[in-house]
Amino acid sequence: MKIEIITPDKSIYSGEIRSVRVPGRKGSFQVLKDHAPIISTLEAGVVIIADEQGSEVKFDITGGVIEVKKNRIILLADSAVQS
Amino acid sequence: MANLKAIRVRLSSVKSTRQITSAMKMVAAAKLRKAQDAIVQLRPYAGKLNEIQAGLSAALRDTEFENIYAERKNSKGKVLVVVITSNRGLCGAFNANVIRAVRRLMADKYLEQMQRGDLWFMPVGKKGHDVLRKLKCNILEDHSDLYSGLSFERVAKVADRLTELFLTGEYDTIEIVYNQFKNAAVQRLAEELYLPVSVADTGIKGAVSTDYIYEPDQVSIVSELIPKTLRIKLYKALLDSFAAEHGARMTAMHQATDNATDLIRDLTLQYNKARQAAITNQLLEVVGGAEALNG
Repeated sequence: MKIEIITPDKSIYSGEIRSVRVPGRKGSFQVLKDHAPIISTLEAGVVIIADEQGSEVKFDITGGVIEVKKNRIILLADSAVQS
Repeated sequence: MANLKAIRVRLSSVKSTRQITSAMKMVAAAKLRKAQDAIVQLRPYAGKLNEIQAGLSAALRDTEFENIYAERKNSKGKVLVVVITSNRGLCGAFNANVIRAVRRLMADKYLEQMQRGDLWFMPVGKKGHDVLRKLKCNILEDHSDLYSGLSFERVAKVADRLTELFLTGEYDTIEIVYNQFKNAAVQRLAEELYLPVSVADTGIKGAVSTDYIYEPDQVSIVSELIPKTLRIKLYKALLDSFAAEHGARMTAMHQATDNATDLIRDLTLQYNKARQAAITNQLLEVVGGAEALNG
């Protein structure tokens, strides 16, 4: 599945991934392949991506929104820094 | 015929002016490219955010969702206008256009508020600030420093302040006046209503809504998204104005360079004519003098 992490200043990350863990408003959750469509607001926290090779990429975000639809994930972050 | 020295001095002054204007044109072109990139970068974020919000708003239209950002029924009618201009001049009619629009608002649309003293301004950009001060308008805050390092975080703070001013009931209408960037040569003046926002209006017609799981729930997501879209709206207006400013300056400086080139051509012609006339005069004097001796 594909993910795109976008901030107002630029596109931070995009590519094929295995899973992503995000800090949702109602608690942290993980999105795997064929996840049901979801829209959730995000709190400040860490976004953990496991890419195709299985290695982890982490981003600190200050808040945002995530939309998951048909194995396409779009994460709109207020600001994001790789950590 | 003007004297040689005067023309020579003038010529060298015009030449150095041309050098300055053509350098400024180059600088503006480089800055324009950067500003344009920033707009392009913002587009995907803004587009997606609006899409999500539109989908949600459509779903909420028939529910009893209380929208605190909507128009208030018993409003006192206090108006705030955000006037976006540039900090520097030499950009053609860029600032004059905004100021003309502001004057029109004062004399026409918001005449009533103006007479009551309920029309306030928040200038972004020194040029607009100076004019408003001269006109003795009510100025709330000046945010001209936003341009030094235009970043989303700093614009977001101002946007949040505007939202706060609206929510506390301080102002009932907030408008933005700025130059929209069309292309390097064309700017379009825009007067946009910033607040109130009506949720129903933002919905794109025929937006197909998938059955999403909403977390935490639709109402809280929309309430969280509206301030975000407002921040983006202000940020976009500023980026637009910033790019438009450099576009306008580039065009203005290009014209100035062309004019200087024309002037230099005319002056060179004049200079050569004057020089030739002087030589002819001297020759005549020599010949006349020799003739007188012979005679």
